[in-house]
Amino acid sequence: MTAQAPDLRSVRARRTLWENTRRTLASAPFSAWFGMIVILIYVIAAIFAPWLAPYGEAEVVGKAYQPAGGEFFLGTDQIGRDLFSRLIYGARNTIGIAFVTTLLSFAIGGTLGVLTALKRGWLDQAISRVVDAFLAIPVLIFALMLLAVAGKSIINLVLILALLDSTRVFRLARATALNVVVMDYVEAAKLRGEKMGWIIFKEVLPNILPVLITEFGLRFCFVFLTIAALSFLGVGIQPPTADWGSMVAESKTLITFPVRTFPWIPAPFYPAMAIALLTVAINFVVDWFLHKTSGLRDEK
Amino acid sequence: MDEIKHKLNAALGQAVRGRVTRREFTQLALASGVSLAAANSMFTKAWADEPKKGGNFKVGVGHGATTDSMDPGLYPDQFTGTALWGTLANSLTEIDADGNVVGDVAESFEASDGAKKWVFKVRNGITFHNGKTVTADDVIASLQHHLGENSKSAAKSLLKEVASMKADGPNTVVFELTGGNADFPYTVSDYHMPIMPKKDDGSVDWESGIRTGAYKLEKFEPGVQASFTKNENYYKPGKGWFDTVQFLSIKDVAARTNALLSGEIQYMDRCDLKTLDQLKSNPDITVSEITGYGHYIYVMNVTQKPFDDVNVRTAIKYSMPREDILATVFLGHGTVGNDNPIAPTVKFAVDPQPKHTYDPAKAKEYLKKAGLDSLSFDLSVADAAFAGAVDSAILWKEKAKAAGIDINVIKEPDDGYWDNVWLKKPFVASYWSGRPTVDWMMTTAYAADAAWNDTFWKNPRFNELLVAARSETDEAKRAAMYAEMQQILHDDGGLVNMLFNSYVEAHAKNLGHGKVAANWQLDGMRVAERWWFTS
Amino acid sequence: MHPVLKTVLQRLGLGLLTLFVVSVLIFASLEMLPGGFAQAILGQGATPETVAAFNHQLGLDRPATVRYFEWIWNVLHGDFGYSYAGAGGSIKQSVSGIIAPRLYNTFFLAIMTAIIAVPLALFLGIMAALYRNSLYDRAVNAVTLTTIATPEFFIAYLLMFFFAIKLKWFPSLSTVSDSTSIGEHMYRAALPAITLTLVIVAHMMRMTRAALINLLASPYMEMARLKGVSQRDAIVQHALPNAWAPIATVVAFNLAYLVVGVVVVEVVFVYPGIGQLMVDSVSSRNMPVVQACALIFAATYILLNLSADIVSIITNPRLLHPK
Repeated sequence: MTAQAPDLRSVRARRTLWENTRRTLASAPFSAWFGMIVILIYVIAAIFAPWLAPYGEAEVVGKAYQPAGGEFFLGTDQIGRDLFSRLIYGARNTIGIAFVTTLLSFAIGGTLGVLTALKRGWLDQAISRVVDAFLAIPVLIFALMLLAVAGKSIINLVLILALLDSTRVFRLARATALNVVVMDYVEAAKLRGEKMGWIIFKEVLPNILPVLITEFGLRFCFVFLTIAALSFLGVGIQPPTADWGSMVAESKTLITFPVRTFPWIPAPFYPAMAIALLTVAINFVVDWFLHKTSGLRDEK
Repeated sequence: MDEIKHKLNAALGQAVRGRVTRREFTQLALASGVSLAAANSMFTKAWADEPKKGGNFKVGVGHGATTDSMDPGLYPDQFTGTALWGTLANSLTEIDADGNVVGDVAESFEASDGAKKWVFKVRNGITFHNGKTVTADDVIASLQHHLGENSKSAAKSLLKEVASMKADGPNTVVFELTGGNADFPYTVSDYHMPIMPKKDDGSVDWESGIRTGAYKLEKFEPGVQASFTKNENYYKPGKGWFDTVQFLSIKDVAARTNALLSGEIQYMDRCDLKTLDQLKSNPDITVSEITGYGHYIYVMNVTQKPFDDVNVRTAIKYSMPREDILATVFLGHGTVGNDNPIAPTVKFAVDPQPKHTYDPAKAKEYLKKAGLDSLSFDLSVADAAFAGAVDSAILWKEKAKAAGIDINVIKEPDDGYWDNVWLKKPFVASYWSGRPTVDWMMTTAYAADAAWNDTFWKNPRFNELLVAARSETDEAKRAAMYAEMQQILHDDGGLVNMLFNSYVEAHAKNLGHGKVAANWQLDGMRVAERWWFTS
Repeated sequence: MHPVLKTVLQRLGLGLLTLFVVSVLIFASLEMLPGGFAQAILGQGATPETVAAFNHQLGLDRPATVRYFEWIWNVLHGDFGYSYAGAGGSIKQSVSGIIAPRLYNTFFLAIMTAIIAVPLALFLGIMAALYRNSLYDRAVNAVTLTTIATPEFFIAYLLMFFFAIKLKWFPSLSTVSDSTSIGEHMYRAALPAITLTLVIVAHMMRMTRAALINLLASPYMEMARLKGVSQRDAIVQHALPNAWAPIATVVAFNLAYLVVGVVVVEVVFVYPGIGQLMVDSVSSRNMPVVQACALIFAATYILLNLSADIVSIITNPRLLHPK
């Protein structure tokens, strides 16, 4: 058996991963390319922030609201920190926090969702009822309360948002997994006596992955917006950490009332545009991905 | 020419606030080529634009909550204070625009027995909104509301020195205090202590909103608005000009500014400092700025290491870049502090020397005296203490590095800040809205046994002077005592007084007013009673 | 029993259970919050004595479990209790009295927004499916994505800047009271409604489009096309009836959002809705009001989801007539 395997492969060489990727990318539409390039730029900015930013994240380098151009590329903020530097560090913090939060929420929600779909029974009932209750409480207000209980720190913020988000992920994962667990190959695995972990990660997860990845993209973006809203209400990321959502919230009065030093584009527009652009980019990629994996036939 | 015009306008503004006299103004006007007659008329116009009756006055206030209630013992802030006290009600006394205490519901008051006994005469024949005459019994019931075992009032501690209150005839109230207090009339001017009608069962009727003020309550929706109509029988002459008054709770500063710009309100408090220049350039709007008694401070517990060493305290005081913080975080709106909690406009205030300004070299010197090369400590802050507490602390941290001081800024939660952080953590951000007298301020926060002694500072000489000054009737001697106390606090206390904050407010150009009071925001919270429309 | 009725009853039962879990969750979180009503109201002025007097009067010195069961017992009898604010006086403020006008305002704004947003989203979504990959499709896609991706207070301030300050078409303040006429109310709530429309249209429109396109690949659509049905009729007459279920779900989700999630917009426009009331009450620890708000929010969410499920069942004959 094992000896024949190489022969089979030599008959019709399988495409390497690289080749597969190349072929897939070559067929990507413009919007997906645009999205990927934008995401790449953001990731680079996030990783290399300390080298790219001309000044420190919290460093006070000039007077408040110095104009754009000259010494400060985009001017300075309300206490004289370089806006451009904060925008770059913001990429690191915003994306980092959103990424960890989303990952965590998928780890919790996804695992529990698949597990309950497989197990059913009282565990499923209990978890589903608690999740229903969580879903029925407004996210923003619940996050506000939990943050007040736990104390405002980045770790608490990440944990709380991940917990609240995981209930949404749970619902989706469970619903999607329910369609998969009735398949013959899952039954077969159960009959073979495979361990639960094996069934979850080898049989069910690969088949619900496209749906989860799509959701991941959307959830990821919603985390920025939730943090922005929390910052607006006075909680959220704590200064002096640069975070786009908080940066928009901090300079909210400048939206309707642009200070003279920002004659063309008022300060809050930069972080807002940074959020919007990334969200659009991610959605473009997600749309394309969804299109590819769902095998939607959209003729013409 | 424009520059001169600008200066003249500025001087006019000063004149209105009583800081520039007519002579000073006229001299400036003459120097800039304005005729004497024109200068005179300009001054007169600015100073005393003839008050006119009428108009619907709408104010946007940056406070107000759905939990606000008519109970004056629980008035938390400017919204309830201005609407339900300054517009609707009167206390026994009031603080006038010059910071002096004058009678309000009380016509006169006098002390005897070393200021231990106070006799207040209630103004004759004044009435509540329902027509009932105000008597001494009403006054006693109103103040009794804050006392007693079950009182929930914020004014309970203010009145704790009251041993007894008695009516002596329909118009006289006699207070016996536990100790002499020459400033007692100031205490009863507080906005938590309006005079309200007594009910038949002896308690006071705070629920109905029937008071004595220039306006009657029309409708109060907690957290949304309070509206009023004119009280035609108001006893103060030349007060209460508007037909109707409405206070709107607009907590978001951008929304408040926009409401003023679009003409939906005529007065707003707590302007956004970042965009103030834009607001000032609007031809229909006047921005006013009053430095009050309020101050933003950082307080250390002097009983804890390392703050138990006076040299460490002094080093810390010299490490704070007050001017920088004032310029960047508060955009210049305020006056730098000098570790003296008494505002310069308060009677008996002094400016202790040497001034505590940013001086890393001196800070290092004091650290050496304390036997240290460097210093590191935690500083607990939250914007619940005052807006800008966090930004200020971060700036301080940056600049204190030069003095070898490493400040670890900890941002605490806003919720429960006064509970869990203030008076609990060793070094915290705090504020006082200030008090109109030296004694009141010092007794509240720096006396050894004060409930709010947030520096845990117990200086024997200071406390000895505090008690002695209360019953000292010789003004000069009292002034000397107060000067010494302020100096001791400045040199030895655990208080870092960063700055006295300004009340920055804005209003429509067609509003007229006299000299603006500094004791509270919104013209001593009595803007509705004191202001008028000029057109 | 009719299967639809059976499902509805089942769901209602589950909904009640959910409400119970919500009340426990909220009560527990409130109990864990630092500080209390007395401290929140008195701020710096809270001395131990006044706080104790306060807590005694409010009955907060009793164990939490006792208070919880007392509360839920009263709620089961239709009594939501009294607000902590104003306690001790002869005029108590009942929670229902505080909530009622604000709930009216919230529903007013939600309905006003829904009337604009739902038809608009369906129209845009159907058009996008019809002319997919056209310039129109791409433009609508990009614009709606941008509105989703922008913090809603940012959109709100921009609208305020243009329509209230520059053009002066609408007021910047949306303060209303119970004496405001319906017309005036609509005028004052215009900017919040437009803001919320921009926020929710994108989501609904994208789902409508996706649901329709999803169906285009199914055999019966192939069949319809082979019959020679035009693209337009194929989508409107054949695909749409089958797409109602996912569309109803996303519409229900967004309508729930209009009731429970608009606190930021309320703050910006000073609109006295229930979201602000709840945030205020959380920060002042006014437990009876928080609890009541939470139950209302949860009930709204549950009922709207139930309606979406009913729509799915009714529009799907297979679910309506099970074998």
